[in-house]
Amino acid sequence: MEFRYIYRGLGAGLLGGLLAFVFARIFAEPLVQEAIDYEDGRHEAQEALDAAAGLTAGAHDHGEVFSRSVQRNLGIGVGMALFGLAVGGLFVVVYLIVSRRYPNIRPRVLAALLAGAGFVGLYLVPFAKYPANPPAIGHEETIGARSALYVTMVAVSVVALGLAVVVGRWLAGRVGTWNASLVAGVVFLVLVGVAMALLPAYGHLGANRAEFGDFATETPQPLTAPNGTIVYPGFPADVLFRFRFYSVVSQLVLWATIALAFGQLAERLAVAPARRQARTAASAADRPAPAPTTAPAPTTAAG
Amino acid sequence: MTTPVAQPRQRSISFPLTARRAALGLTALLSLLLLYFIGVDQGATSLFGSDTHLHEFVHDARHFLGFPCH
Repeated sequence: MEFRYIYRGLGAGLLGGLLAFVFARIFAEPLVQEAIDYEDGRHEAQEALDAAAGLTAGAHDHGEVFSRSVQRNLGIGVGMALFGLAVGGLFVVVYLIVSRRYPNIRPRVLAALLAGAGFVGLYLVPFAKYPANPPAIGHEETIGARSALYVTMVAVSVVALGLAVVVGRWLAGRVGTWNASLVAGVVFLVLVGVAMALLPAYGHLGANRAEFGDFATETPQPLTAPNGTIVYPGFPADVLFRFRFYSVVSQLVLWATIALAFGQLAERLAVAPARRQARTAASAADRPAPAPTTAPAPTTAAG
Repeated sequence: MTTPVAQPRQRSISFPLTARRAALGLTALLSLLLLYFIGVDQGATSLFGSDTHLHEFVHDARHFLGFPCH
């Protein structure tokens, strides 16, 4: 029984990941290329500055493991499809747990609610604190700290969402569903808000402060010559905005696909035993023998 | 049968609770493992030493999905 749901959850996730990839390939990849071009141009400007100052160090060219063509077409596709698959797996586990607890919620409604929760909890709230960055943004020295902070933010967000739901369920019987939902929403916002206030900004990490000064993010600032003139601009704001905006849209594509595709499939699965039950009852009514009061469990449905 | 009226789903009595839990737990575990490899491995931590093939292969996806990247 569970496996039929798990397969469908994984399938919906995979489909969502593939659709998100199509979106990313069309809209995000040109921006990734612009960001890489910016990074290369900045690197050259830095080298020119270093040469003028009589320095030769600092030349770190990371040899290409995969060509841009492979990364742009195949790598991002596999990455996003597998991400969709993994998210579909987590989604269906939560769906099966919650749907057993609350069997009266209609499958497609529950699927939509859980997908919405997944989008907000796993992606949107962590994004609000640590938004997605294109290449050229992000210092190699801080990757450990940034990864830890990001995973912490995701964990806090998911736990806060769970707590808010528990509070909402507990209050629903006392103050009504509407008020309980509002209180749950406030609980969630306060919890993640406190976490966001406590966790440091990427730019305020020790290594960044020491090397770059007091900036909230790692977004490259304009490159200046010793006399103060700007020799290379800061990271283009429009590219950054569009990259982040498309990142949000692609996650919406993924989660909406899971909600709609899995919701539809779960509805069919939910009525399938009922249909069989109805058929059994109808054929039993034709026979003169007394119909069984309870329909036998469809043992063939397992697996 | 065009109206999919949601009936209370049949509890699968034939599916023992432990097997259900194993299926759910395994699915969750494998999903988290997959998320780790796509999002984090060979960046901050690496299970394959100092190799960067995985990181570079899913590089664009990692950036676009919001994971921190070098």
